[in-house]
Amino acid sequence: MIIAERKPIKELLEMLAGHDKVLLVGCKGCVTVCNAGGVKEVGVLASALRIARRRQGRPIEIDEMTLDRQCEPEFISWLEEPIREKGYTAIMSAACSVGPQYIAERFDKVAVMPALNTKFIGGTLEHEVWAEFCRACGNCGIHNFGGLCPITRCSKGLLHGPCAGSSGGKCEVRPEVDCIWHLIYTRMKNLGQVEKLKALKPAKDWSSYWSGGVRRVVREDLTL
Amino acid sequence: MSENFEPRIVAFCCQYCSYAAADLAGSMRLSYPPNVKVVLVPCTGRVDPLHILRTIEDGADGVCVAGCLEGDCHFLEGNFKARKRVAYVQRILNEAGVEDARVRMFNIAASDGPGFAEAARMMTETIRALGPNPLSTKTEKMTEEL
Ligand code: SF4
Ligand code: SF4
Repeated sequence: MIIAERKPIKELLEMLAGHDKVLLVGCKGCVTVCNAGGVKEVGVLASALRIARRRQGRPIEIDEMTLDRQCEPEFISWLEEPIREKGYTAIMSAACSVGPQYIAERFDKVAVMPALNTKFIGGTLEHEVWAEFCRACGNCGIHNFGGLCPITRCSKGLLHGPCAGSSGGKCEVRPEVDCIWHLIYTRMKNLGQVEKLKALKPAKDWSSYWSGGVRRVVREDLTL
Repeated sequence: MSENFEPRIVAFCCQYCSYAAADLAGSMRLSYPPNVKVVLVPCTGRVDPLHILRTIEDGADGVCVAGCLEGDCHFLEGNFKARKRVAYVQRILNEAGVEDARVRMFNIAASDGPGFAEAARMMTETIRALGPNPLSTKTEKMTEEL
């Protein structure tokens, strides 16, 4: 899922300067799971912002609403009525940054701002701890590495074995991070496939990541 | 700060320990400041950051969350969760420009009536020193200005 994290209140206050009536919109998808932008976090953030603005002597009215998903235009439509009726001057989106972009494209009279920093595509390591697992390079090759991704999970993105900093299974860049090459090697050994790692791999073709402008996926058979 | 400022403090007390301690303090006829208004919760683990923030937003000068002694929680670790949440709310309040000392966690055994009275005194003193909730003063000031 997409892992996100709330921006510092100070930064959000700067964005909200000059706005006195705002809708804070959460999302019930990924950001609910990583506790960044679900119903509860929206409540806490709205309260924190109201407190901060009263403290600054310029109270702000913040309504709260959490959409089923903000990465679907269909759900963004639910904002039409409140935006029309309530006279918000800004919408602050607590979703991954797909949400605020959809909102910005749909409503041309209101300012739109992100409440979160979208961090990465990741998974849960333990309760309330998430890590990055995939960089969405667009051409997955993890079968060459025992099913583990060195592009994302090796701090240096090495494709031909560990650097000299691998120590005790940990990465030299940050001691709490597993050296993925240690894990890849161990796994390949268990699979009896260490030899496979010795094959020289061509330089990673990043065109699936960079080139051709905004990437798209189309399922012709399912389009309407 | 006004001379006759009487802090309004809301204490979320768990049913099994600190609420019982508050009760006991009463039956022991111990005197403690009447500023602390007790809200009974089944466990401090039920206290959500939002409860605390809204209490501050609605004008309380201080909030305490009072649970069982560590290791004695009836629900095993509700009080540890509460401690972390209190710390989280303190960080948010700091970010929002409100003194974090307005929110505090206590651990009081059910049998410790005097402990509850002492915590109530301590919290009242802290808040008295800090002065009224800056949100209510600001609002008052603004209404005066209008
Ligand atoms: S190889 Fe590319 S697509 Fe596969 S996990 Fe790594 S970054 Fe993601
Ligand atoms: S220690 Fe391991 S994970 Fe870290 S940079 Fe070197 S090879 Fe990559």
